[in-house]
Amino acid sequence: MLNGYGGQVLRVNLTQGSVEKSDLDPDLARDYLGGRGFAAKILYSELEKGVDPLGEANKLVVAAGPISGLLIPGAGKTTFAAKSPATGGYADSNVGGMLSAEMKFAGYDLIIAEGVSPKPVYLYIDNDTVELRDAKDYWGQGAITAETALKKELGDDFQIALVGPGAENLVKYACICHDFGRQAGRAGVGTVMGSKKLKAIAVRGNKSIPVADVGEFRRVGREMLEFCKNSDAWDVWVRLGTAGVNVPSNEWGSFPTRNFQSGHFEEMDKMTGEYMREQIVVTDKACFACPCACGKYSYTKKWDVHVEGPEYETAAFLGADVGIPDIEDVAYANYLCDELGIDTISAGNVIAFAIECFEKGIITTEDTDGLALSFGDSEGVFELIQKIAKREGIGDVLAEGVRYAAEVFGGGSSDFAMQIKGLEISGYESRDAPAMMLAYMTADIGAHHNRAWAITYDIEVGRDGVTPDKAAKVIELQHIRPLLDALGGCRLQWVELGMPLDYYVPAMKAITGVDRSWDDLIHIAERVWNLTRSFWVREMDGFGREWDYPPPRWYTDPVPTGPSKGKLITKENVDKLLDMYYEQRGWDQNGIPTREKLDQLGLDFVPS
Amino acid sequence: MHLTADSSKCTGCRLCQLACSLYHFQENNPKKSCLAIDPKFPDPGVFEVRTCTQCGECAEVCPVEAIVQNEKGAYYIDSEECTACLECVEVCPENVIFTHPDREAPFQCNLCEACVDFCAYGALSVE
Repeated sequence: MLNGYGGQVLRVNLTQGSVEKSDLDPDLARDYLGGRGFAAKILYSELEKGVDPLGEANKLVVAAGPISGLLIPGAGKTTFAAKSPATGGYADSNVGGMLSAEMKFAGYDLIIAEGVSPKPVYLYIDNDTVELRDAKDYWGQGAITAETALKKELGDDFQIALVGPGAENLVKYACICHDFGRQAGRAGVGTVMGSKKLKAIAVRGNKSIPVADVGEFRRVGREMLEFCKNSDAWDVWVRLGTAGVNVPSNEWGSFPTRNFQSGHFEEMDKMTGEYMREQIVVTDKACFACPCACGKYSYTKKWDVHVEGPEYETAAFLGADVGIPDIEDVAYANYLCDELGIDTISAGNVIAFAIECFEKGIITTEDTDGLALSFGDSEGVFELIQKIAKREGIGDVLAEGVRYAAEVFGGGSSDFAMQIKGLEISGYESRDAPAMMLAYMTADIGAHHNRAWAITYDIEVGRDGVTPDKAAKVIELQHIRPLLDALGGCRLQWVELGMPLDYYVPAMKAITGVDRSWDDLIHIAERVWNLTRSFWVREMDGFGREWDYPPPRWYTDPVPTGPSKGKLITKENVDKLLDMYYEQRGWDQNGIPTREKLDQLGLDFVPS
Repeated sequence: MHLTADSSKCTGCRLCQLACSLYHFQENNPKKSCLAIDPKFPDPGVFEVRTCTQCGECAEVCPVEAIVQNEKGAYYIDSEECTACLECVEVCPENVIFTHPDREAPFQCNLCEACVDFCAYGALSVE
């Protein structure tokens, strides 16, 4: 028995239709903790270089962490990971909710799905009973529709992760959906699940999670909880959720607007968190064990649908970035993406790109199935979302992601295809935020914000500085947040409520019985970061600095409007940021981890 | 005295159930708790909380008189006396007498108030 863990690994071979259980390797738990730590180690060790992301050899890893399912604020995250069909590199994406807790109550820390099923199936887990079941009745259904139907069939106490038609049709940025509106959205983890013809994972468990010292665990958990409940920021985060960031981000000039042409959207009246709260929010919806429910469950009368959100990122990409100024229209676009099972960030980003291409005359109605695209046209955005999910007409091109779409459209459009490493950039315009730009450049799944939300540091110390401390802050954040992803926890309690990270040290000791310092935990996070980097190095011949560059728009076009008007980070400064970052990481000038660094982190199995 | 819930404040986080299991059984397991949350999604998108009203119907039907009141007036099942006939579970109008395969006897709210203490949203109280 491993304290803090479910204790078992479930390996599912979809080609053969077989299921195998084994004990969780205690060395894996010691060296990689859980969550994305498990995922990175398994994918690096078990995938051979060059496997087809949509083929039999790719694996989908579903991982809980040592705090998942426990009374620790925010212990509701589940990691999904695979080799990405969107980027060809390492991918993991996490989702809040109830799934990892339920996995552990059933006794599992890990589910590894291998192979490709000959027909649509779903994985049924009820404690020790594990079966692959026929999913023909659910295949083709939207994610919300199918989740409703599965709960009706199996019982409301099953927790379900599933894919929608977008994943079935292999849209490269299909997501894995859970709990009526939450998604592991990024880098195509849902596409991998769809390619395996695995429609859903349904899990229910009733086992207790073993804890080393129950009394101390209760004490620390309660202290963490009390801190969160008493935080000054609690009110606004429960009231507005991430949509509370819409206005500040717009004032920072970082709200992606019209395909990142600007970072400032002029029409914010119906886009604020307060407007959303008053107009459409029905219920505050929390993840497992979270005392600060940032989930806003909404109903839009205008479109007569329920939807969770829109979150900040969705407001950015199905709002300002496509020029839509009304949260109810954003909510409907959000609903469409959720039901069809595609990532709102990538979908909005690629649609915004198509609109800019159309407005610049790079594509015409001949390319768009007769649709005249323009920023602010809600109906046009709804139409494109559906075309993407069904891969109809232009949707078939846009379903491949913005990097590919730029290759097809040509006309210099790759200069403003807003992606890094093939992943569409998420919601922060960064030409006036060097640390944030560096965070995007070096994020280990491609351009995603959640490894290091460094823009707050730019604002704190001065926006212009291209200085070593910015690289240092990015590295620090890239260890803390991914550490939380390995533990199975959320960052909100720390970032937004200000809960001291020190709490995790006694909490982990009480839970696992293993005495680790904060530095010990961060050392593991650094190990994982270097391992995911090494995954890219192995997969991409010639991998290096070139992969870390942002799109040319970010170093050639000064911001045209808003508070950051005229700002730009030159190519020279982009290189300077990378130089400082690589040096501080102990990587070579091309961004490759050195032998010395790998050995220092216990990554002796990674070749130089 | 009984536990009462304002379901409109519930966020479905299950901290109450965790606290309940940790104080009632010293285990981390919301499936061993004495109150229930029913999520109603996708429509209407609300949580409904069920708690023990201390109506006493369980004690009335118990054939071996194993259900008695504690010092707070809460009905509880004396597991020594209980024959696990589960008549109390069936009669409970709120469906808040629970069973678990680890335990022969069912269990119910003993008004320890750990859930009230741990709920961050003020959804639970004792009246």
